Amino acid sequence: MTISATDPNGPLYYNGWYHLFYQYNPDSAIWGNITWAHAISKDLIHWLHLPFAMVPDQWYDINGVWTGSATILPDGRIMMIYTGDTYDVVQVQCLAYPANLSDPLLLKWVKDPSNPVLFPPPGIGPKDFRDPTTAWLSPDGDKWRITIGSKIGKTGISLNYETKDFIKYDLMDGFLHQVPGTGMWECVDFYPVSMVGQNGLDTSVNGPGIKHVLKASLDDDKNDYYALGTYDPIKNKWTPDDPELDVGIGLRYDYGKYYASKTFYDQHKKRRILWGWIRETDAESLDLLKGWAGVQSIPRSIVFDKKTGNNILQWPVEEVESLRSSSVEFKDVTLVPGSIIPLEVHSPSQADIVVSFDIDKKTIEEAANMSYDCSKSGGAVNRGPLGPFGIIVLGDETLSELTPIYFYIAKAYNGKPDTHFCADELRSSKASDVEKIVYGSTVPVVEGEKYTIRSLVDHSIVESFAQGGRSVITSRIYPTKAINDAARIFLFNNATKAKVTASIKIWKMDTADIHPFPLDQI
Amino acid sequence: MKFPLIILAILHLHGITQLKDQTLIETSCRNTPNYELCVSTLHASPSSATATDVEELGLILVDAIKSKAESGVSAVDKLRRLHPELREALDQCRMSYIAVIKADVPEAVAALTKGIPKFAEFGMADAAWEAEICEGSFESAAESPLSPVNKDLHELATVAVGIIKILL
Repeated sequence: MTISATDPNGPLYYNGWYHLFYQYNPDSAIWGNITWAHAISKDLIHWLHLPFAMVPDQWYDINGVWTGSATILPDGRIMMIYTGDTYDVVQVQCLAYPANLSDPLLLKWVKDPSNPVLFPPPGIGPKDFRDPTTAWLSPDGDKWRITIGSKIGKTGISLNYETKDFIKYDLMDGFLHQVPGTGMWECVDFYPVSMVGQNGLDTSVNGPGIKHVLKASLDDDKNDYYALGTYDPIKNKWTPDDPELDVGIGLRYDYGKYYASKTFYDQHKKRRILWGWIRETDAESLDLLKGWAGVQSIPRSIVFDKKTGNNILQWPVEEVESLRSSSVEFKDVTLVPGSIIPLEVHSPSQADIVVSFDIDKKTIEEAANMSYDCSKSGGAVNRGPLGPFGIIVLGDETLSELTPIYFYIAKAYNGKPDTHFCADELRSSKASDVEKIVYGSTVPVVEGEKYTIRSLVDHSIVESFAQGGRSVITSRIYPTKAINDAARIFLFNNATKAKVTASIKIWKMDTADIHPFPLDQI
Repeated sequence: MKFPLIILAILHLHGITQLKDQTLIETSCRNTPNYELCVSTLHASPSSATATDVEELGLILVDAIKSKAESGVSAVDKLRRLHPELREALDQCRMSYIAVIKADVPEAVAALTKGIPKFAEFGMADAAWEAEICEGSFESAAESPLSPVNKDLHELATVAVGIIKILL
């Protein structure tokens, strides 16, 4: 049996269960024939498969039940708006809801007889109208608003709609926002974050001490971009804090392979949680052999970064820590220039690694100016005075295969050090049918902070978080030798001048089993 | 004197339609790394004469890629008998060509017809990669009896990606 899984859909928490739906092709390891697969969990870690929630069985979604979002109303009803691809290949929006709200599993879903509830408006192409968001309340509290990504020419836009009943909609004047040159905006997401509190916020919250995140998945370059800004609910417009870092031209959620992501408000633990699709970076011939393609990332909680004030922080949900079992710790390990130290660990292919590095300030001050770019750097073999230093994951004993995850400090022309955070896949595998590039970007390091990485290694997926989640890189790695217990973890310092001190703790991670829900036992 | 006028009008209209299609193919092919190959492949297909949008041009190219991969499979099957010493590489090539035929092409067709072109881009980028993988499985380029097929497949696939990117 071969399957393909892509975008996460309609995530929500309801009546004791977290629900995740996702784009699924039950017939093949390639995209097509898209249904809504359904899984539930009590803890975001251990998942149980349920039967499909929705299949392409109406004229308006016969070519695909595509991405959508859930809105939980104050009275407890759930409205799921999703994109259907019609029999004549037009993208329309449709409404569905649980058949029985007292069923905690939300097994059966009903498509509203009024579907489709939205057709592409004038001036918008029939194939440029998809992925409706979760709704938020208008200032008077009597209407709901959603936004839908699209494009006009090469300008990415987000359309505004208002509705009272999720069936009849008014297209509002103007766009929530637009950015020229960014192309089609897929999977738009729009939500508030608190600048002062610790918790996530319900999608409808607004007021002082709040910023709004606007996010789009760019069709053109297959990356997820976000920006922080201010939402004016009267004009129904969002303005970026920094137009130079606007949506699509500034910050990314993730500098590796990560797309079609979507957040939801977890009212159970008061968190804003992010799901993302990680696609394969190996050749299709391998995917056919494997019989599957595409995975979901570990869910991340999102908060505003109070220290920098101009980005968000992503961090694996705390429930992941329940998979930690035995650990090893190495404190204050000195790494002189050119050193590499193997670490004795159990289960190196399924690990939670937390490491911090310290580097002498004077060395930074004395270093010469230089520029750096992870993607053009040639990876960790290329040495500079202040980098690279970091960890190596999924390395084999002889280092014929290795994946360095590292920092590289480069002093800019103005004397200020820029810290780059990179994942180097160039030598990650001896196989020739896997993608090998260096991912990464700069990451802000606040005065007094050490350089920190948390890396979750799960066989062929590595999710790495720098500076508490200020920069994240998701890598797909396909080692041929550095697998299971033959894999090794190393500390390294390939800088020419800087002496680095590292403290590292590595937990063995238990497997989170995923099975079908035992429906016959109910 | 109406007759000749009508004939002229018909010829004129026919000429204009031809010109419009010409322009669609020409402008689209300029977005690809191999203009000549793009234009010649499209013109070789009768349906290009009536193609009105870029999706249709994309589908013609995807079909050409399918044919090329199929010819690759036939070539492999002949070569396996004649060159048992190349069996490992030929097996890899067969796997790669089959992936193009069974996965990349159907995915691209589904994506182009249903309106999510990026999956067609993934599929055609993979087709180019499979050609590289096949070629790379021989000890040296000189040893590969499939170089012409792989070169064509690779070129066609990169041209297809160029066309598909217009739709993103």
